[in-house]
Amino acid sequence: MSVDATALDSYPEESQPLPTRQHLTGFGFYIYLLSDGILFAALFAAFAVLRGATDGGPDSHALFSARNAFIETACLLTSSFTCGIAMLACDRRNRFMALVGFLVTAVLGVMFLTLEVREFAALIAQGAGPDRSAFLSSFFTLVSTHGIHVTCGLLWLTVLLVQFLGRGFTPAMVRRFLCFSLFWHVLDVVWIAIFTFVYLMGGYL
Amino acid sequence: MTNQQHDPSRVNRRTPGLESSRDHGSLRGYVIGYVLAIILTVAAFTIAPSKNMPSFSIEAALVVLAIAQMIVHLIFFLHINTAPEQKTNILAFTATMLIIAIVMVGSLWIMSHLAANMTPMDRVMSMQR
Amino acid sequence: MFGKLTLQAIPFDQPIIMGTCMVLIIGILAILGLITYKQKWQWLWTEWLTTVDHKRIGIMYTLLAMVMLLRGFSDAIMMRSQQALASGNARGFLPPEHYDQIFSAHGTIMIFFMAMPFVVGLMNFVVPLQIGARDVAFPVLNSVSFWLTAAGSLLINISLGVGEFARTGWLAYPPLSELSFSPGVGVDYYLWSLQIAGVGTLLSGVNLITTILKLRAPGMTLSRMPVFSWTALAANMLIVAAFPVLTATFAMLIADRYLGMHFFTNDGGGNPMMYINLIWAWGHPEVYILILPAFGVFSEVIATFSRKPLFGYRSMVVATMAITLLAFTTWLHHFFTMGSGADVNGFFGITTMVIAIPTGVKIFNWLFTIYGGRIRFTSPVLWTIGFMVTFTIGGMTGVLMAVPPADFVLHNSLFLIAHFHNVIIGGVVFGCFAGLTYWFPKAFGFRLHEGLGKAAFWCWFIGFYLAFMPLYVLGFMGMTRRMNHYDDPAWLPYLLVAECGAVFILIGILLQITQLVWSIHKRDELSKDARDPWDARTLEWSTTSPPPAYNFALLPKVEGLDAYWEAKQGAEASPQKAYEPIEIPKNSGLGFMVSFFAVIGGFGMIWHIWWMGIVALLGFIALLIGRSWDEHDEYELMPSDIARLERAGVHAS
Repeated sequence: MSVDATALDSYPEESQPLPTRQHLTGFGFYIYLLSDGILFAALFAAFAVLRGATDGGPDSHALFSARNAFIETACLLTSSFTCGIAMLACDRRNRFMALVGFLVTAVLGVMFLTLEVREFAALIAQGAGPDRSAFLSSFFTLVSTHGIHVTCGLLWLTVLLVQFLGRGFTPAMVRRFLCFSLFWHVLDVVWIAIFTFVYLMGGYL
Repeated sequence: MTNQQHDPSRVNRRTPGLESSRDHGSLRGYVIGYVLAIILTVAAFTIAPSKNMPSFSIEAALVVLAIAQMIVHLIFFLHINTAPEQKTNILAFTATMLIIAIVMVGSLWIMSHLAANMTPMDRVMSMQR
Repeated sequence: MFGKLTLQAIPFDQPIIMGTCMVLIIGILAILGLITYKQKWQWLWTEWLTTVDHKRIGIMYTLLAMVMLLRGFSDAIMMRSQQALASGNARGFLPPEHYDQIFSAHGTIMIFFMAMPFVVGLMNFVVPLQIGARDVAFPVLNSVSFWLTAAGSLLINISLGVGEFARTGWLAYPPLSELSFSPGVGVDYYLWSLQIAGVGTLLSGVNLITTILKLRAPGMTLSRMPVFSWTALAANMLIVAAFPVLTATFAMLIADRYLGMHFFTNDGGGNPMMYINLIWAWGHPEVYILILPAFGVFSEVIATFSRKPLFGYRSMVVATMAITLLAFTTWLHHFFTMGSGADVNGFFGITTMVIAIPTGVKIFNWLFTIYGGRIRFTSPVLWTIGFMVTFTIGGMTGVLMAVPPADFVLHNSLFLIAHFHNVIIGGVVFGCFAGLTYWFPKAFGFRLHEGLGKAAFWCWFIGFYLAFMPLYVLGFMGMTRRMNHYDDPAWLPYLLVAECGAVFILIGILLQITQLVWSIHKRDELSKDARDPWDARTLEWSTTSPPPAYNFALLPKVEGLDAYWEAKQGAEASPQKAYEPIEIPKNSGLGFMVSFFAVIGGFGMIWHIWWMGIVALLGFIALLIGRSWDEHDEYELMPSDIARLERAGVHAS
C-alpha cells in the first residue's frame, strides 16, 4: 500500500515556520567558526607541547615584545568594536555609518597585520625564523594562521564594501555583513588566547 | 529551499548575532563590552611582568582574565546569551569547548608522560652517530 | 618552469603500472567518446556537473565511492597475492618500494575515497528526504564539497601514472614522511589530495548539521526524527569536531616539508610523537564517523523488514550520542606501545572498553526489533545480519586489544589488521551495501536484482571470513603488518586461505557490477512498486521514485515517530491544500570550477611548480568573488507548474 505525500497534511499555520535564509546562513557560519576554533586548538596544543623545544636557540623570553603585542591587541580589539558599530548601522540601514564603521575596522586590521609582519621580519632577520626550531615553527604557524585569517577577512571586507557601494542593503549584503562580523569577532577571541598564552606567558613566565 | 523571507526587516530572533535590534542590542552594549575588554587587557599586560607574585599565581590570573575577556566578547559582541532561542547555539558552543579541552588537556597529558618516559630526541640522534 | 616535474616522473619501466594506466586511459577515452557520440555533453553539464540537488550529489558521491572501491580492492588483491607468493626464497612480484606504495594507497583510498564518500553520499541522499526537507541548508556548498572530494581522488589517481605515491602507510607517520626520509613527491600527493578532500568533508559536516537542526518538517521534533537522521547528525558533529585537527596536523607536516619547519622532524627540537597524537585524535573519531551512519542504516532496514518499529528508540538515540562523545576520549589506544606509560595507557584502555557498552546496547536493540517481528530475508537484511555477526566478532577483538598488555603483543601485527577490517568491512561496508540496495529504488525508480544481490552478499561474507580469520591466527603467530616478504613457512597456508578469500570478494564485486548492469537492463520489470517497495516506515518513502527536484510539493506535517507508517495506517484523503511557490536553487558550476583549480593547485604544489599553485589560488579567489556578485541564485517554481509535475509524477510511479 503506498500513500503519497498529500495524504500527510501539509504544514499547519500554528507550527513554527521554517527559518529564514539569514537565520540558516548565520547558524551554518557559526558552526564553521566553531570548527575553526578547533583548528586553532590543535595549533595551540602543538605550541604548548613544543614551546620548550628551542634546540639551543632563542626562547620566548628573548623574543617577544609585550609592547608590540599590546598595540596589536589595541588595534584588533578596537576594530572589533568598530565592526559592532558598523553592524548597528546596518541594522538601522544607515549607509554612511556602516561604511565608516567598516572602513575604520579595515584600517585597524591593516595596522594589526603591518605590526605583525614587521615583527616576523625582525625575528627572521635575527635568525629566529620558523625553520630554526620546533618552538619557533609552532609560534610562527599559530600566529600566522591567525594572521592569514585576518588577511582573508580584510580581502572579504574589501569585496563586500565594493559591492555595498553599488547595491546598498540587499538581503544578501546584510547576510554577508553578518557573517563577516561573526568572523571578525571570533578572530579577536582567538587573539585573546594568543596574546595571553604566547606573548604574556611566553614572554614573562 | 527555505521558506524565503526576502524582507530583512522581518526579524527572527534565533540567529547567533544580529538579526533583530533586540539581539545585537545597542551602542550601550558594545561600549560596555569594549570598555570591559580594555580593562581586562590592561590588567593582563600589567600583571604579567610582575615580580611580586609567584609565577603560578600570575599564570592563573592571566588565564582567568583571558576567559573573562572571551566571555565579554561572547556576550557583548557575539550576543550569545541564555535566551531560549539561543539554546542550540549554547549547546554547540559548549560542545566545542569540551572538545577543545579534551584535545588540549589530553595532548598535554600524553605528551608530558611521553617526555618523562622516553629518551629525548636529540640524545637519540646523537646515539645514532 | 615545471618544478620537479620531468618525463622521468612517468614510470615507463614498470609494466604493471603502465598496463593499468593504458587500460585506464583507454577506458576514460571510451567514456568520453561515448558521451560525445550520444551528444550528451549538455545534458551531463546541466543535469549532473552543475547540479546542486542533494539527491544527485548523493548519487555522485556513491558512484565515486564504488569506482574507488575498484582501485582500493585492486591494491588489496595485489597485496594478498604478493603475500601468498613471497614465502622463503621466493620474492613475489612486488619489490618493497612498490609494495609500500600499494598498501599506503590501499588504506588511503579505502578510508578517504571509498568509505567516506559512500557514507556521505547516503547521508546526502536520504537525510533531507527523511526529515521532510526540500534540500540541504546550503545546496551550492554541497556541490562544492562533492567536487573537492572528487578533486582529491583525481590527484591520488594521477599519482599512479605521474610520479609515485607515499610509502608511509595511510597515515604517513613522521619522521619517515619528512623530507629527509621521503624526498620524493609521494607524501606530497598524499598530503595535498587529503587536505583538499578534507575541506570538502568539513563543509559537508557544517551543511548537514544545519540541515538536520534547522530544516526538519513542521512537527518533527528531534524525538520524532528517524534513527538514520540521528546517526547522521552524530556523524556530522564528529566531522565538524575532528576534521579541523586533521587539517591542522597535515598543515604542520606540509610546513615541515615545504618551509623547513621542525614540528615533527628528528632535529631542531621536533617531536614526531606529537603528529601521532594529533592524527589519532582525528583518526579515532573518523572511524565513528564511518560506522554511525552504517548503524543508522541497519536500524532502518531491520525495522522495515521486521515490520515492527525499532525497539528502544530512546536508548538508541542516547547510545548514539554517548558513542559520539566517547569517540573523543579513546584515541591513545592506537599508540599504547609508544611510551606514555601505565597511567595514561590505563585511562585510555578503560575508555576504549567503555565505548563498547553503548554499541552493545544497539546490538541488543536490533535483536529485540527482530524478535517478535515477521522478518523478510531480503538482501539488505542479509547484509544486516551478516553485519551483526561480523561486527560483534570484530568489536570483541577490539576490546581484547583495549587491554594495554595484550596490545603490547598484538600492536601492528596482523591481528590488528584483522580487527579493523573486521569492523570496517563488517560494519561500514556491509552497511553501505545494505543502504545502497535499500534506497536504490527511491533514487532511480527501479529495484536492484535481488538474486544477484544475495549471491554477491554470500561471496562477500564467505570471502571476508576466508580472508581475515587466518590473519587473526597469523597475528598470534607473530606476523607483523605491511610485510612484502617473510621467512617463516608456517605462515604460508594461512596466507593462501586469505588469498582465496580475496578471490571470493572479487567474485562478489563482479556480481555487484553485474547486478547493476542487469538491473538497468531489466529496469522496466524491476520498477513495479518502486515508490515504496519495502512497505517502509519513514518519510522518504512517501515521495515518488525518484522524487521530484523539490522533494515535497507540500511539506509534510509530522505527528509522531515513523511518520509515513502512521500515515499509511490511517490513510484517508485529506483536503487538498493549495500549492505555494517553491524557491529552487539554480544550478551552479562553482563546485566543478573550484575543484578544477584545486586539482591544478594541488598538482602544482606537489611538483613545486609554484606559478601553478599561485594561478590556482588566484583562480579560486576570482571564482568566489565572481560567484558572490550575483545575488539571484534561486528561481521560483509556480503552483501551476508544481501541480503539473505532481500529476505527471503520480502517473509515472
